[in-house]
Amino acid sequence: MMVETAGLTRLFGEAVAVDKLDLQIAEGEIFGLLGPNGAGKTTTVRMLAGLIGISAGNAKVAGIDLTDKSQVQNVRRVVGILPEESGLYGELTGAQTLDFFGKLYGMTKAARAERTEMLLNRLGLFERRNEVASTLSKGLKQRLALARALIHDPRLVLLDEPTANLDPAAALVVRDFMLELKAEGRTVIVNTHRLEEAEKVCDRVGILRTRLLKVGTPASLREELTEDRVMFEFERMHPADVEELHKLGVAITRQEASRVEVNLGNSSTSVADIVTALVTNGARITGVVESTASLEEAYLAIVGGAK
Amino acid sequence: MNLKFVSAIMLKDLRVALKRRGLVIGLLVFPLIVAVGLPAVLTISGRNGHGLPAVVLPQLLSSFQFFFVIGSVTLPTAIAAFSLVGEKIERSLEPLLATPVTDIEILIGKALAAWLPPVIAAGLGNVLFMVLANMQTQKTLGYLFFPNPTAFMVLFVVIPLSAMVSVGLSVLVSSRVRDARTAQQISSILALPFAGIYITTEVGIVSLDVPGMLTLGGILLILVAILFVLARATFNREEILTRWK
Repeated sequence: MMVETAGLTRLFGEAVAVDKLDLQIAEGEIFGLLGPNGAGKTTTVRMLAGLIGISAGNAKVAGIDLTDKSQVQNVRRVVGILPEESGLYGELTGAQTLDFFGKLYGMTKAARAERTEMLLNRLGLFERRNEVASTLSKGLKQRLALARALIHDPRLVLLDEPTANLDPAAALVVRDFMLELKAEGRTVIVNTHRLEEAEKVCDRVGILRTRLLKVGTPASLREELTEDRVMFEFERMHPADVEELHKLGVAITRQEASRVEVNLGNSSTSVADIVTALVTNGARITGVVESTASLEEAYLAIVGGAK
Repeated sequence: MNLKFVSAIMLKDLRVALKRRGLVIGLLVFPLIVAVGLPAVLTISGRNGHGLPAVVLPQLLSSFQFFFVIGSVTLPTAIAAFSLVGEKIERSLEPLLATPVTDIEILIGKALAAWLPPVIAAGLGNVLFMVLANMQTQKTLGYLFFPNPTAFMVLFVVIPLSAMVSVGLSVLVSSRVRDARTAQQISSILALPFAGIYITTEVGIVSLDVPGMLTLGGILLILVAILFVLARATFNREEILTRWK
């Protein structure tokens, strides 16, 4: 396991920022941390990066115990972090930025030069390596900040809202890069509000609201919510059809112009019962399909349920 | 302590600081004005046979030298404020804190970057002042007034220590304010006690001779130690990421 936490807790005075977090993240996995603002995502990432201490519980990163303060520096050597704000030095060029951070990771001059060139090339910044960061666009700044996080070849990459405030094209570059990192065998933990992004790149996601509410693959979370949901499609839907569904005691979860979604979870009524009742009532049904919830719906249901 | 990390941070901060034109101008202008201006005043006042009495000149020159001490207190505040508050505003401290560099290495690297240019500027200004002042003393006193033990004390003890006090105070102030100018202005208040010392020398309460300078050096050393302990407590990852405003 690249990351293992047990009862990981962080308090700020009386306030609980992260509460008894149990997490196992395998090497080479992209794990998404989802949650509303103030859910403890950034605090979790900062604890895993050895930036702030742990109030209670245990955590290991690459087998290194984070509760052992003498080991925290070793954790920082295997972790690369991209904070929410790119935090670049506006006066330094891309090449100078990477060289400076390479020095702080104790890299030799040759290793710094080689890795700087490689990262700048990979992230499409080589041609602009001698431009100061303040002159770069937001997207390019984010790419440079990503390069900075990777200068020391970390095994675990922590990305805090990596595509926030980026336009779709710039966000796509960052997303593709996350997949490249996975292909290289690196572990990536990404904090994000962009659920479609999590769905595209994450192997698993964890929904955090101080406590870890749910962990699973994006598909499993969607399926959990989708289970027992059926969409009935009508040639033309009449109010009487909806009334009939109410009479049958099924919960309507979504209603559109010519289709209606019902949840059969708490109902003894079967799909066949519903079809029979509707057809008897004069409805012209054109389709009955198992409904699929989006990750966003699953997220909202889980987070909403925890309020 | 890894000195390579310290020097990397110091050089980076210097590189960033020296790209700020206003900061460089400030570093150059103050010592230059004092170094050239005060000897010029002596020269002008010595024209037409209305020269300063020879008995007054040594005391006056020692007092004038103290301007460089005041400069060494005010000049570091700009660099220190931009180095700490500037990074806080730009959010560039977090990536720095994520490296394996220790808190003390970051603190010392940043402190050296804020300390070195003002000390060099004040020191060089002081040397220029001594050379120009000597041209006057040669005529008025018949000998070269500088260098002398007091001047050495100012140059190698009081100026460096005063700048250290200034940097230490700037670190503390920077942790509690949100913009660099405020940090600089608050830290610059430190110039007031030094200006007070200058005034007391002018009215003859305090003497800027070697024992006086040794006493001042001792006080500054104690202040440096206290401020270092406080700055060390303030400048740690946990504090910076969770408590710094």
